[in-house]
Amino acid sequence: MRAISKRFGPVVANDQVDFEASWGEVHALVGENGAGKSTLMSILAGLYRPDSGRVEIDGLPVRFRSPRDAITQGIGMVYQHYMLVEPFTVAENVVLGEQRRGVDLQTMRVERELTELSHRYGVGVDPRAKIWQLSVGEQQRVEILRLLYLGARILVLDEPTAVLTPQEARSLIQTLRGIAEQGFSVVFISHKLDEVMEVADRISILRRGKIVATTTPEETDRRTLARLMVGRELAELVEHPADEPHETVLPGEAVLELRGVSALGEKGLPALHNVDLEVHAGETLGIAGVAGNGQRELAEVVTGLRRATDGTIRIDGRPMINMPAAEIARAGVAHIPEDRLATGLIGGMDLSENAILRNYAEPPLCSGPFLSNKAIAAFTDRLITDHDVKAPGRWAKVHTLSGGNQQKLLLARELAGQPRLIVAVHPTRGVDVGATEAIHAALRDQRERGAATLLISEDLDELLALSDRIAVLFDGRVMGMLPALGADPEEIGLLMTGVGSPES
Amino acid sequence: MTDILTPAFIVSVLAAAVAAGTAILFACLGELITERAGVLNLGIEGIMLMGALAGAGACIWSGNAWVGAAVALVAGAAMASMHALLCVGLRANQVVSGLALTIFGGGLSAFLGRDIVGVRPPSVFRRIDIPVLADIPVLGRIFFQQSALSYLSLVLVAFFWWYIYRTRAGLRLRAIGERPEAADAMGVDVARLRALYVIAGGALAGLGGAALSLGTNPGWTEGMTAGRGWIAVALVIFAAWNPARAAVGAYLFGGVEAGQFRLQTAGVDVSSFFLNMLPYLFTILVLVLSTRESTRRVFGAPAALGRAYTREDRG
Amino acid sequence: MTALVTGLSFLLALFVGGIVLFLAGENPLEVYGAMFYGALGTWNGVAETLVKTTPLLLAGLGVAVAFRMQLWNIGAEGQLYWGAIFATGLALFVIPGAPGWVMVPAMVGAGLLGGALWGLIPGALLAWFGASEIITSLMLNYVAILASEFLIHGPWRNPQGFGFPGTPSLPTAGWLANLGTTRVHLGLLFGLLAALILWIMLRRTRWGYEIGVMGENPRAAHYAGMPTKRTILLVMALSGALAGLAGMSEVAGIGHQLQRNLSPGYGYAAIIVAWLGRLHPFGAVLVAFLLAALTVGGDQIQMSLGLPSAIAPMLQGTILFFLLGGDVLTRYRITRVMG
Repeated sequence: MRAISKRFGPVVANDQVDFEASWGEVHALVGENGAGKSTLMSILAGLYRPDSGRVEIDGLPVRFRSPRDAITQGIGMVYQHYMLVEPFTVAENVVLGEQRRGVDLQTMRVERELTELSHRYGVGVDPRAKIWQLSVGEQQRVEILRLLYLGARILVLDEPTAVLTPQEARSLIQTLRGIAEQGFSVVFISHKLDEVMEVADRISILRRGKIVATTTPEETDRRTLARLMVGRELAELVEHPADEPHETVLPGEAVLELRGVSALGEKGLPALHNVDLEVHAGETLGIAGVAGNGQRELAEVVTGLRRATDGTIRIDGRPMINMPAAEIARAGVAHIPEDRLATGLIGGMDLSENAILRNYAEPPLCSGPFLSNKAIAAFTDRLITDHDVKAPGRWAKVHTLSGGNQQKLLLARELAGQPRLIVAVHPTRGVDVGATEAIHAALRDQRERGAATLLISEDLDELLALSDRIAVLFDGRVMGMLPALGADPEEIGLLMTGVGSPES
Repeated sequence: MTDILTPAFIVSVLAAAVAAGTAILFACLGELITERAGVLNLGIEGIMLMGALAGAGACIWSGNAWVGAAVALVAGAAMASMHALLCVGLRANQVVSGLALTIFGGGLSAFLGRDIVGVRPPSVFRRIDIPVLADIPVLGRIFFQQSALSYLSLVLVAFFWWYIYRTRAGLRLRAIGERPEAADAMGVDVARLRALYVIAGGALAGLGGAALSLGTNPGWTEGMTAGRGWIAVALVIFAAWNPARAAVGAYLFGGVEAGQFRLQTAGVDVSSFFLNMLPYLFTILVLVLSTRESTRRVFGAPAALGRAYTREDRG
Repeated sequence: MTALVTGLSFLLALFVGGIVLFLAGENPLEVYGAMFYGALGTWNGVAETLVKTTPLLLAGLGVAVAFRMQLWNIGAEGQLYWGAIFATGLALFVIPGAPGWVMVPAMVGAGLLGGALWGLIPGALLAWFGASEIITSLMLNYVAILASEFLIHGPWRNPQGFGFPGTPSLPTAGWLANLGTTRVHLGLLFGLLAALILWIMLRRTRWGYEIGVMGENPRAAHYAGMPTKRTILLVMALSGALAGLAGMSEVAGIGHQLQRNLSPGYGYAAIIVAWLGRLHPFGAVLVAFLLAALTVGGDQIQMSLGLPSAIAPMLQGTILFFLLGGDVLTRYRITRVMG
């Protein structure tokens, strides 16, 4: 890949990136959230087209019209969500991808060839198994085998070990090495530096859309890699507001306490392991970590949207583990969810209707069965003015608002009840600069007011600017806790990538 | 009662069941492939009516029943293409679109057919006995003394069974109904195929209408399908989206229809109403079973049925 | 914006219908004129229109409230029949001698109950088994119609019927009052009242708010602690109840007996009423009236011009098509502007 650039609107995802992968090599691509890794690989796999630059295979420029086209030309990607038809067998899923003429299914031939390929490349798969019978790790192998069968010689994997058990991860790593040794090229994105050090022949580090270095495991160590991933140039350091002195607010009693909390994630795999945390009144605890290490599950467990399988959660001293979400909200917990339009706001309804989502059943908004339009209007207006939500009027539908204004509205609503605990997940994602500042200001105000805040964010700068302490989550465990003031981003980066022992 | 239920009587009922079930079977096969592709078409009743009208009308005009059948096919395809445009092309609400099609088809057919109500078509699909096979006791009378369209419907059952389960194209069909994203990732043109199957399904439903107006109930009358289109929709579920079971279901319905008539003329008790209810109740049962996680794999609906698909939905 | 799209769909449909008429050798202006005059130009016509508006409105309101929650109740036809059955049964066998001021409210109650129970079945199957309410409610329509057929031809058969299928006439105490000498009956008032009550309920009560949220974004509703399963059941029951009331009012207001073909598809037309009325109670009132006018107009030109009354459903279907298409385009435009 040469001089690849890609932007999405105002965001520059990839900036003049040069990336090379050789035959028989495993090349790892590392970087923090938002560095541009997924975008780059998506371009490689044919999902996106670059704004400028070109892709070459064996020196010849290639252009992909679709991901399937990319596979035909030799590059295949294994996505985080597997593209398999569940009731079909492995062989049938492969046949689906064959672009052959002919009426006949010829499953038996495909099964034979798959078995042969499976042995040759060491990718153990039973071609007659139905997908729904297979584990996640096995399904991943199916995806890999299918790509090889369909002619891919360059395999791209996006965070492949994210949803695997440790044993499956080991198995995958061995498989990938084996494939590379057969002469193929393997590129994979990861943030797990020990895995990267173990399996990669070359490592490239992407930061803020640019390749900052390319090295080999011999020439580097995890510390250096982490530093390269999150390190800040001097010029960058000056800009971010971590330099503003925090008001030294002495934190009060513990509002949120987690002890030994464990929980399962989406596919039934453990997402949180024995997490211990405390957030005090007047304090903001930032949770740092690469996406997919348990942050979402942490927020969901605290707010009652996910079952915890172990441990205790106390809010203001009261046990609140596995209580219904509405009850936890009533206990004074505000939640700013990761995906505002999916969980927190109703796009098709207007500002008033969204504003009352939490407290519509209580006076003064409601008396008996009837809602009081006057009270609702007054309430909504107050929220709009207090938080400077720019909208044509109370009657405007929320999906017509900009991301920033939507988030401000959500914040306004959640903070209206003077919450004791605020759980904010990626609060400024997809939000413009002005709104971001407003949101930060609002969170700071709450902190001064004495609320406890659990701030989960992919943006390290944001965490450093707003938090009093920062905990780092990796693989569902708290790797370390450090004060934000004067924190070294590199050290955080190290913890984020699994270096260093977890605090028990 | 026992003196009526002679073997001869039963066999004649079964034969009538096949004849009566043919129209429903065509429509059912049409809806089956449409739903397998992931699209719900509730407009089958309206499409059948248009097919019946087109068939009768074209036959009256041309003097040839086969011409009538061909025109019915085209009419059905044309009607269904509206549904395809709205639901696949524009991703509109499939339920409302289908209902609009039924109401529209009912109205249009009544309007266009006003001049030929009751006119008997010059040629219809008569019973054709297949030599040798027709002489087999029992089975011969039931299956091999039917009209050309009935034979065609049986052939289609076998064809679709083979197509869906044994060909590449059938694999693709099942894929776009189960997990369109996966099919798309493998380079399958989901939208184009879905539209194709909707239109093909409509063509078959139109042919079903012709099986009525040029077969069992010759001529055109307003609303002559009398809800058979809805029965066909129910049958698809009853058949668990399997062509062979669809044939069984269609003939069961046909049997109820044929048997009821014969029983009534023989003066038997009227509680045939409850008998008539059974297919619908049974369909509900099958539906519940097909939705429950535990039994879904055996009976299940195509997982993406009724939901529009866009590539942006992919991660 | 939505009103604009609705109005435009209506006009476009008239236009396209006009073309079809023209190609079929008729003068569209003459036909439309005759329809309009027939439906709204004479007092008789207006009365007939109002008569047909009643069941369309009641059933349409029922369907609309369910659709608001994305509960696709296709079973209004069956729920209508059960309302009629319950009301008839009550009047003929349970309290046949009751005076009017007892009979009518009791029949209303019976109609609501019959429809509610029938609507509850698909609701329960959905809430507990996840079974598609589209199919279950549709299937139950046929069961309902067959049940009424059974009653009409069997145990409730009118001994003095002379072969005309139907139950004995309801006691006159149960006959809904007519407006003057017209056929317009109290049912219309029920419909208008129901529209008003529904509007108040949806706009001004907590319950209405919850329904709206659950229909728009079930995840956010769950997140806010709203009781989804319970609301599904309640809404399906309400939806069925309104359709049942439509059935009761047809029986008590028009035929005065339970008979075959009590409903020429009002339950299905109700879906159009709900959809074209944008799921709004007052929209339903307007559209029910318009659709009734279309139907009556169609009947009229059948008599005066010899044209099939089927023009009405043709136009109805066409309006719906344009509306569906127009809806998508407006939605698409909004996404493009934002995205």
